Amino acid sequence: MSEQSVSESDVSVPSVGPPGGSDDTGVVRPPYVPSERRLAREAYRRSRTRRSAIVATASTLAVAAVLFFVITGSPGWPVTKKTFLDPGYARSALSPVLHGFVLNLELLAVCGPTILVLGLLIAAVRTLRGPVFLPLRLLATAYVDFFRGFPLIILLLLIVFGVPALQLQGVTNDPILLGGAALVINYSAYVAEVFRAGIESVHPSQRAAARSIGLTYAQTMRFVVLPQAVRRVVPALVNDMASLQKDTGLVYVGGAIDAVAAAHIQVASSFNYTPLVVAGLGFVILTIPMTRYADWLTRRMDRRRAQGGIV
Amino acid sequence: MSTVATAPVLRFESVRKTFGEQVILDGVSLDVPEHSVTVLIGASGSGKSTLLRCANLLEEVDDGAIWLDGEDVTDPRVDADAVRRRIGVVFQAYNLFPHLNVLDNITLGQRRVHKVTRAEAERRALELLDRLGLAAKAKEYPDRLSGGQQQRVALVRAIVSEPRVLLLDEITAALDPELVTEVLSVVRDLKEQGRTMVLATHEMAFARDVADQVCFLADGVILERGTSAQVFGDPQHERTRRFLSRVREAGRL
Repeated sequence: MSEQSVSESDVSVPSVGPPGGSDDTGVVRPPYVPSERRLAREAYRRSRTRRSAIVATASTLAVAAVLFFVITGSPGWPVTKKTFLDPGYARSALSPVLHGFVLNLELLAVCGPTILVLGLLIAAVRTLRGPVFLPLRLLATAYVDFFRGFPLIILLLLIVFGVPALQLQGVTNDPILLGGAALVINYSAYVAEVFRAGIESVHPSQRAAARSIGLTYAQTMRFVVLPQAVRRVVPALVNDMASLQKDTGLVYVGGAIDAVAAAHIQVASSFNYTPLVVAGLGFVILTIPMTRYADWLTRRMDRRRAQGGIV
Repeated sequence: MSTVATAPVLRFESVRKTFGEQVILDGVSLDVPEHSVTVLIGASGSGKSTLLRCANLLEEVDDGAIWLDGEDVTDPRVDADAVRRRIGVVFQAYNLFPHLNVLDNITLGQRRVHKVTRAEAERRALELLDRLGLAAKAKEYPDRLSGGQQQRVALVRAIVSEPRVLLLDEITAALDPELVTEVLSVVRDLKEQGRTMVLATHEMAFARDVADQVCFLADGVILERGTSAQVFGDPQHERTRRFLSRVREAGRL
């Protein structure tokens, strides 16, 4: 009320400019008050949100209840429960399994970044243009073709046992290092293809624009193409990393003790499978934060660029 | 022309739209009569595009209402897809689908939304393309066309479903003068055919030519509205006069 009268006098007092002026200061408008219509709409939207939340909760509970009764009501449930979900065995397995997880995490921490760098490199080589690079391109293509098709477990056995058999000077016999190398070789072939898909999805006009401001081919890739390409393939990369996390357990073929191997040892001494369930849940718990972080990261990137108005 | 007795095709009623703290539209009211061309002018960022995006429900209005043929399309109960089916839009950056050829770009909506058979949809598309001198490009992909050709294809895509109203959002802003002419001549033809259009543009000479109604937007409101002759010939508002003289200095009127 007072604000309105103040601004009116502001306009009328100076009275300069052409007759019918006061244009410079713009139109004096009362402060905005939400209309009945807006309030009604918002109330309606709120009620819809509430309703869908109720429906979602109810249907989730119903499904959970059905599953619960079907499983616990089955004839073999008591025996199954004792064999797979025994709290006592779970507790005693926890410490060795967690100990084993350290190896899984170490392998992931070293192999993950190595794979991403190597994959990106192979993808960059595969997308090189020009006849000069033909040999390089062929090599990268052959690498991807071969190692993507070659079963990981056989590759692991070959490297973990084959490399020491060569009795080379100065080459490690450590099954963990060799197992890690096998993982890197196999996964970088997959990841290279993911990156290549991303690189090729960037519209050619972007390359044209980058080259036109004088960027070299390498600079174009580094500053224009790859940032867009990587953004697009983040979900696929997270997929591969989650898969890698689980496959780090395969180094047990060389005798390394990771979470799965530790659980196996427990199982072998008791014939109770609960430790394996514990290890399995551990992998799930490890994967979830990674996925959430990647989701958050990509959403944040999208928000920064979006125009608003999501259809 | 603007005093047609029938109900307006499109009606904005004190539309308000904010992005965060920024008020883009602050109570915009506007009637768009049938078979008329409404031109929105104003500086960049004055809310012209936002107003068009609100009409097509690409943005949700904060307050106020938009009526299409007497139906409140901003009501949350409304099926937005059904509303968009009755509105044609052409964007500044063409927004053609790069993975489809010209013919498929035009017929996609016809076939999938309006359930027209492929043969019929293609017949219609080719007829329109032919009228715009683009029949030879039917099988080309958008990236291989010039900007003017792409924008004309986008126009065909928008009008092929016979929308009630056509929204053109600075459709010539990305084109060079020669191509501007070819796109604007299509818009002129559409006016001849009696299509209802709302267009945001910086092409003042063209605006003066085709507009039945001109609206000058500033500070989120329609500061001045009138016939082409009124707004361009005898602007009442100081802001309008300043805007037009700036445009004149830039040699665009």
